[in-house]
Amino acid sequence: MLSVHLILFLLFGAVCVAGAVNLLMQRHPINSALSLIAVMAALAGEYLLLGAEFVAAVQVIVYAGAIMVLFVFVIMLLNAGEEERSAGSRVAWLLGIPGLLTGSLLVAWVLLRHAGTDTLAVGGNYGAGANYGSPPAIGQLLFHEFLLPFEITSILILIAVLGAVALATKPETPAEGGN
Amino acid sequence: MVPLSYYLLLSGFLFACGVAGFLIRRNIITIFMSIELMLNGVNLSFVAFAARWHSLSGHVFVFFVMLVAAAEAAVGLAIIIAVYRTRETLNVDRMNLLKL
Amino acid sequence: MPIGTYILISIIKSALVLFILLTAVAYTVWLERKVVGRMQNRWGPTRVGPFGLLQPAADGVKFLFKEDLTPPHVYKPLYIAAPLIAVIFALTSIAVIPFGGTLSIFGLDIPLGITDVNIGLLLILGITSMGVYGIALAGWASNNKYSLLGGLRASAQMISYELSLGLSLVGVLILAGSFSLRDIVEAQRGLYFGFIPKWNIFPQFIAFFIYLMSAYAETNRIPFDLPEAETELVAGYHTEYSAMKFAMFFMAEYANMITVGSLATLLFFGGWLGPVFGPPILQSLLPVLWFLAKVVVFLFVYIWVRGTLPRFRYDQLMSFGWKFLIPLALANLMITALVVAVQ
Repeated sequence: MLSVHLILFLLFGAVCVAGAVNLLMQRHPINSALSLIAVMAALAGEYLLLGAEFVAAVQVIVYAGAIMVLFVFVIMLLNAGEEERSAGSRVAWLLGIPGLLTGSLLVAWVLLRHAGTDTLAVGGNYGAGANYGSPPAIGQLLFHEFLLPFEITSILILIAVLGAVALATKPETPAEGGN
Repeated sequence: MVPLSYYLLLSGFLFACGVAGFLIRRNIITIFMSIELMLNGVNLSFVAFAARWHSLSGHVFVFFVMLVAAAEAAVGLAIIIAVYRTRETLNVDRMNLLKL
Repeated sequence: MPIGTYILISIIKSALVLFILLTAVAYTVWLERKVVGRMQNRWGPTRVGPFGLLQPAADGVKFLFKEDLTPPHVYKPLYIAAPLIAVIFALTSIAVIPFGGTLSIFGLDIPLGITDVNIGLLLILGITSMGVYGIALAGWASNNKYSLLGGLRASAQMISYELSLGLSLVGVLILAGSFSLRDIVEAQRGLYFGFIPKWNIFPQFIAFFIYLMSAYAETNRIPFDLPEAETELVAGYHTEYSAMKFAMFFMAEYANMITVGSLATLLFFGGWLGPVFGPPILQSLLPVLWFLAKVVVFLFVYIWVRGTLPRFRYDQLMSFGWKFLIPLALANLMITALVVAVQ
């Protein structure tokens, strides 16, 4: 039965699948980066379908709007151009794509066998109240049960910032002996 | 109503594409983007199960996964820039010697 | 209300708001040329129509008829897509901005604003983050070193000031208790001491200052317009663009200005709240006029600053954002949180 939820899920899902396959197929990294951005935007739509409004907004702001900007910057600055094919990569293509398809079909068969017996289908009202997925609810959880991981990730990000700066700065060259 | 297994299917497919990209592609930035694709697939599965069990811990986990992905992207791209400076190539097949 | 009526009303509202926004963009350009001209002791456009009011129409016709040159060395897909991306994200953020209370006609209660989501403010921040791509990709796709440098500088500036933009808004969020823009405006109803309106600018003047600076930097306006200054990098990221694509970048910039101005009135100046009187239809439409008046005042301040100040050098700009605005925003956040927690 065709509900709005199913149609929207299929729409966003189609964009995700197309973006993921395009990321594999494109030769230039900038096209792969743009398809990954499309996947992330479609995933934000999927999260909204699952009632996760805060997570969807954070996905767009952090993942699609900051991390991918970093990727695009690096691709633009290094300007390395299209990818070349080597012997190893040809073998990987020949074995990899059929392998991926077989694995996916196997998993799909196992999952879909149980699809009809899902007693709780997802999407629509969750019976969890209007507060589900809202920022205050997630904030409560984040600062009460998950306080320690929160503090540790703040230290992790500090280390990442310092590490990135230390790795990416050009080493100081001694002054060239000028004549 | 969309059955839970549909969401898991999509999440599994994204993860599989990420793994395939990691193994097949030769440009190091594309490999890194495949890792991000894997993380996104896992995020979808977390949120789908959070909707299934009406628990917000799934959302908090997704939040942490995004934070860790951000930190990893920053450091990883800095490493890529440093490697590019010395080896002048982004093809992983050419980065196979410890010393140039 | 039934779903069919809801969809029809939403379509009508979207079409109307889009039409008004595009006209407003064109007339903001006219306002800028007039005001900056007067500040520089000259007339500005006067020939085309009374007071030059038909100048935007003439400009539109010019852009449509200009030769749309695509240089041969550009990376075509992204070259064509970049202005589209810039315009799409600039025009999308108007969808969550409410500009009035509720209009009751024909027995229906229509909230004035295309939609109202619980996370409206986060959506606007997200759309602003995505708007960086238009400029970064335009700079890269033009395959020109000036464009690349201008594009990279502009995107780096935009992502740096997004942080202080977001942090300055958290103080307002703490006071209002909700991300929904309608709730934030409703929390500003009432008066302090009987005659000062309860607008958020009074407790949050530091946040307003930070927001103003970040907004100028986000929209690439003077004093932060180094990436597109003509005397600096030829013309920055839009060097290789002509005719309609160039016009689209400018439409995006002015639409961003209007969005940022609307957000400032909603968050700091009480949105559509103001004295209302008269019959019910007037009571529904007067708030919209108050909202528009406040947005026009904000735009006038934008243009006034453009006519008056010199521009920052790039390193001054970046150190201002990172070393001054972000610590100040964090301090404001902590003080606000302490005050609210103590009460």
